Amino acid sequence: MKVGVVTFPGSNCDYDSYAAVKHILNEEVEFLWHKSTELKDSDLVILPGGFAYGDYLRAGAIARFSPIMEKVIEFAHSGGRVIGICNGFQVLTECGLLPGALMRNRHLRFSCKFVHLRVENSETDFTTACETGEVLKIPIAHGEGNFYHYDNDIKELEDNGQVAFRYCTPGGDITDAANPNGSINNIAGILNAQKNVLGMMPHPERAVEDILGSVDGLKLFESLRSSIGSSVKVGHP
Amino acid sequence: MTQNEKATVFVRLKDGVLDPQGETIYKALLQMGYGDFESVRSGRFFELEIKAGVEDIESKIDEVSKKLLSNPVIESFSVERNR
Repeated sequence: MKVGVVTFPGSNCDYDSYAAVKHILNEEVEFLWHKSTELKDSDLVILPGGFAYGDYLRAGAIARFSPIMEKVIEFAHSGGRVIGICNGFQVLTECGLLPGALMRNRHLRFSCKFVHLRVENSETDFTTACETGEVLKIPIAHGEGNFYHYDNDIKELEDNGQVAFRYCTPGGDITDAANPNGSINNIAGILNAQKNVLGMMPHPERAVEDILGSVDGLKLFESLRSSIGSSVKVGHP
Repeated sequence: MTQNEKATVFVRLKDGVLDPQGETIYKALLQMGYGDFESVRSGRFFELEIKAGVEDIESKIDEVSKKLLSNPVIESFSVERNR
C-alpha cells in the first residue's frame, strides 16, 4: 500500500498521518503538496486534519480548488480510495465527493477529547478489520463537525449503508449525550455511494499507539492495508 | 476617476438549518434586556468590486456565489448591485 498525504497550507495533522503509516504500519508514504498535480502512484490518498487556508470562508471551501484536489477528485471518480479526516472531511463535502455539509458545533465550542464510535458498516475497505457494532475509542478535535443533510438524503445514506461511524456511549448506545457536536443521527463518518471515499471527524491517526491512549485507529489503517495489499516485501533485505 | 461598480452578495443559512451563532446572539440580546425580538439569524456578505467595462457580470456573480461564496447544501444567497 502506497499512501499519499496531502499538505494544504494550514494542514497540521499531515505529519501524524504520515507517521502512522510510515512508523506504525511500516508502509510507503509520501507527502502531496497542494500546488502539485502528481499523486505519486498513491493507492490511498489522505486529506489530513488542520485548518487549510485558515478555514477562511468556510472550512475546506478554498482547499477544494487547489491544484492537487483536481487530481484527487479524478482519482476518487476512478475508484481510488480517499479518506478525509476532520478538515479533510470538510474538504470532501465542499468538493462534492461526499454529500452533506459540516456546520458549526451546536454548542459553538471547539471539542478536543476522546469519543466512542460505533462501526455501522464493516463491509468497506476502510473497516474490514472491524465488526459491525464494534465500539472504537478515537479522539476528536474540531469546531465544525456538525454533520447536516436534508432528511430525504439522510434516509438515502442510511439505507445505502453509507454511514460508517456513529458517536456512541462506551457501551455502544447512540444517545444525544454521546453526540459531541449535534450531528444528525450521531453521524461521525460517512462514505460515498461507491464506498471508496470516507470522511470522518475523529482522528484515527491519533489513536495508533498505547502511549496515545488508544490503538483503535489502527484498525482503519489495517483494514485499508488488507484491502489494498502490503507493498512491503517480507523476507527481502 | 469614476468609481467601479460594486455588487454585494448576502449569504444566509437556509430556513430550518440550525444557526447556533444566531441563537447565541439572540440569548445575549435577551440577557441585555432587549426583549423586542423574536429571533436572530446570522449571515455574512461579500462586496465585489467589478472591473470597468465588464459585460454580462450578472451570470458571473451568480456562478461564484454558487461555487465559492455559499455552500448550496446549507446556504442561500442574494445579490444587490450598488451602482
